[in-house]
Amino acid sequence: MKHFNADVVVVGGGHAGTEAASAAARMGANTVLVTLKIDKIGVMSCNPAIGGLGKGHLVREIDALDGVMGRAADAAGIQFRLLNRRKGPAVQGPRAQADRELYRQAVLGNLENQENLSIFEGEVAQFLLSGKKVEGVKLADGREIFAKSVILTTGTFLRGVIHIGETSTPGGRMGDSPSVKLAEQIDGFDLPMGRLKTGTPPRLDGSTIDWSILDQQPGDDEPTMFSFLSKHPVARQISCGITHTNVRTHEIISKNLNKSAMYGGRIDGVGPRYCPSIEDKIVRFADKESHQVFLEPESLSNNTVYPNGVSTSLPEDVQWAYIHSMVGLEDAVILQPGYAIEYDYVDPRALNANLSLKSVQSLYLAGQINGTTGYEEAGAQGLVAGLNAALEARGSSPLYFSRAESYIGVMIDDLVTRGVSEPYRMFTSRAEFRLSLRADNADQRLTPLGLELGCVSSNRKIVFLDKRERLTFGMNLLKGSTFTPKEIESSGISIKQDGKKRSGLDILAFPDVEFNHLSTLIPGSEKLDYDVKLQLSRDALYANYITRQQRDIDAIQKEERVEFPKDFNFRDIAGLSNELRMKLERFKPDNMAQAAKIDGMTPSALTLLLYHVKKRASELRATAT
Amino acid sequence: MDTIFALASAPGKAGVAVIRVSGPLARNAAEILCDGQLPPRGMTFRSLKTAEGDILDQGLILTFEAPKSFTGENVAELQVHGSNAVVSTVLESLGRLDGLRLAEPGEFTRRALMNGRMDLAQVEGLADLIDAETEAQRTQAVKVMSGVFSKRAEDWRKDLIRAGALLEATIDFADEDVPVDVTPEVNELLCKVYDDLKVVSSGISTAERIREGFEVAIVGRPNVGKSTLLNALAGREAAITSEFEGTTRDVIEVRMDFDGLPVTLMDTAGLRTTDDVVENIGISRAKDRARSADVRVFLVESDEDIDIEIMPDDIVLKSKVDLSSYKENGISGLSGEGVDSLVVRLTTTLKSRALKAELASRERHRVAISRAMNSLSSALNLLNSGPDAYDIVAEELRDASQALGMLVGRIGVEDLLDEIFASFCLGK
Repeated sequence: MKHFNADVVVVGGGHAGTEAASAAARMGANTVLVTLKIDKIGVMSCNPAIGGLGKGHLVREIDALDGVMGRAADAAGIQFRLLNRRKGPAVQGPRAQADRELYRQAVLGNLENQENLSIFEGEVAQFLLSGKKVEGVKLADGREIFAKSVILTTGTFLRGVIHIGETSTPGGRMGDSPSVKLAEQIDGFDLPMGRLKTGTPPRLDGSTIDWSILDQQPGDDEPTMFSFLSKHPVARQISCGITHTNVRTHEIISKNLNKSAMYGGRIDGVGPRYCPSIEDKIVRFADKESHQVFLEPESLSNNTVYPNGVSTSLPEDVQWAYIHSMVGLEDAVILQPGYAIEYDYVDPRALNANLSLKSVQSLYLAGQINGTTGYEEAGAQGLVAGLNAALEARGSSPLYFSRAESYIGVMIDDLVTRGVSEPYRMFTSRAEFRLSLRADNADQRLTPLGLELGCVSSNRKIVFLDKRERLTFGMNLLKGSTFTPKEIESSGISIKQDGKKRSGLDILAFPDVEFNHLSTLIPGSEKLDYDVKLQLSRDALYANYITRQQRDIDAIQKEERVEFPKDFNFRDIAGLSNELRMKLERFKPDNMAQAAKIDGMTPSALTLLLYHVKKRASELRATAT
Repeated sequence: MDTIFALASAPGKAGVAVIRVSGPLARNAAEILCDGQLPPRGMTFRSLKTAEGDILDQGLILTFEAPKSFTGENVAELQVHGSNAVVSTVLESLGRLDGLRLAEPGEFTRRALMNGRMDLAQVEGLADLIDAETEAQRTQAVKVMSGVFSKRAEDWRKDLIRAGALLEATIDFADEDVPVDVTPEVNELLCKVYDDLKVVSSGISTAERIREGFEVAIVGRPNVGKSTLLNALAGREAAITSEFEGTTRDVIEVRMDFDGLPVTLMDTAGLRTTDDVVENIGISRAKDRARSADVRVFLVESDEDIDIEIMPDDIVLKSKVDLSSYKENGISGLSGEGVDSLVVRLTTTLKSRALKAELASRERHRVAISRAMNSLSSALNLLNSGPDAYDIVAEELRDASQALGMLVGRIGVEDLLDEIFASFCLGK
């Protein structure tokens, strides 16, 4: 029997697993990625697109810490669109249609070239345990890998069941077998589990679609890239087609509802409300006579088309019928039927904010297993788990992401403090500090952290430091001198004569003032680089709001820094109501900020908790001396 | 970090009242109130003025510089004359300053703890504080809900959620089948809430409400001697007494002053089952008022069941004790036996209770409403710029919702998402 030793083992090669493995390896940890099939690494099982609103922010943040997703999406992007282009920069989200094959190659290539990382093909059959601590994994072929920390990213493979109409087959993704053995061992950990579902549409043969009569949606003229290191797309750019469901489509579906796995009562899992099946749409919005369907080419190298908006669990013959009822799809051939998939997830409230399990030592979970959906959500968790698993292997303290600093922090905090009631997807509205957590400043928010951790390449370091220097120079230039309303007016900018002196940044915040209007007041400002001007204008736009938010941010961060010791016993605190005590026992908050979010928490109860934390700390100090 | 303030001394009429302000803007706030400079650390005698320049009171202002203060932050302590009117006006003036807000219960202590400025023995009493807070919150909640806000607060909540959902739908689902311009509907919703808040805010004046003070309800079966007791307490014939059951059909109120504390005594209809429609209305009103009162005095003749929960601070007395030889825990409005000791008990109970919390919560409501109105008015202005400014409109709306949270309940992103998914068919 073969034995291997590693610092970090990552189980699963999906979007969480690849980011986790890369992050751990970038941190210098000797990392092993175990996956069922190497050629499935980085496969996009759902729609062939990366980014979007909130999601695009996550990709930028992953990239700011030198992760894989942004660069892979740029390499594979065949249509780039910046969503909300006309709205404020805080809510603009980069999105790209990706060539499935190019994306997979980009991710795999990235991992294969990553130092400190080995990829093993095989099925993880069980964890190697020592009491409540994970010490590695054993593969089905008998190989054993010992590690200081293990990251589990099983996606939908935990007791996955695929439903097409009245047929149900165990499986994690079309054509792959589910991980039953591992699921049984996870049962032994006695974690709180739940069941979710998600669905996909049938895949069509693009050569059988009549594109000539369909509306086309092209990409942006000036593509917005994901990675701070990318300049422009490399793959050929394409358009997507648009068609619509119609009365006949709806008739076919309504008539066959009882054959749908979901409506036939064969599915118990909860599905995402923002990604309903076509059956759901027709039942819930019965008065709507038509729904948009985007026809998204999956690849430049083959003809597969993803009809976005018609995911289903109807039988195959009904799928053929309703597809053919739509304009342009009259003769379309289905290459692979749509299906719904049900899978187990772990209630993420069982996790610490570094994504390690509270009840099992050295085991981290990332991705769909934590109740999320989406490549970007999975990738971001993979990154967090990878960094933390490497830190643990190194003997360093955990790294927590704050809601005040990143969407990553928002997501993890939502997951571990609130849990999920449907597959969790990122939205910009989840981030209360949305105006400061922008896609455009993700590098300024997070790359310094990456430099400190050592997970950022030297190339990115150079690019980032240069940009920061230019930005600081520009910012100082704008803030350096102030002007009276008279001076401002004489430079051609109309302004109220209120006697208040203003800096260049203040002036830039006025609607209708553009950067070039400042050139007479601030000589040299016109010579700043385009990207610096853009960034400074955005900072100026939100400056007032960001100052206001900063007070809240300071308060949250102060509370986040007060952590409960691991063995802190909430049961022993006299004076708390039973209800609160039970909730605290159940959720075991990591810090005061999390405790504050528990339902029914009162200010005095928080004070009481703080008192006990401080008392513990002073007792510890007393024993130490 | 916000700067917080609150009355730090005991509530009620007193020689001196101490109002503590803590946080980065503490000295600044005190300087605005006394319209002059103050030393970073020291004691100054000054006149305090309202924003309009009227003199409020004269008092001592103590300033402390971080970290050498009670909380470890910059602190100003205003020592003024201890009348309710002065105290509430000072609190109101502080509440109007940008960046200042009323402290939550125990917040000074929490800050002191955070900054390592507290001897741990000083906070041993926190458990009691929590009990008091829970009780205060309960009565507060009942009052707020049975009062002027209940129906309106529900409407505000609905309208704020709807407006937020519309804005967020255009932002977070921009690539889906949702309307692009929601300005007209959002405008209408926010105008409605704004106008409503304006009406309510003009009705809230802290000083006014404080005078209402505590409510003490006298409850019991018919003809147990409630009205007689009220009259004895009030020293005048405020309630009509007679020997017939069910004489008091409505709630009768008498205002009194218990050692400086304003108290409203309420005589309620006797609780019994009856077919008399008018009396039944009286009984149900009596129950409502009794439940929402701060303290209830239960009069019982023997072991009767009364359909009102007895709370920890309530007083249960045996009535008509003049007719009995067993005097313990008894009272008689007719002979006056036990009346003095009831007054002492009530005064002690009420004093220990949170007049402070009461005053605070009204001030809190006023501040909340005015902050919400500010944010809504900015939001309405920005709405004119159309969808381009929705991100900032949404931010102002979030701020307004947060400010109103204590009245309408917390509005979280899940509430908005629920509304979005119920209104729009998403999922392209």
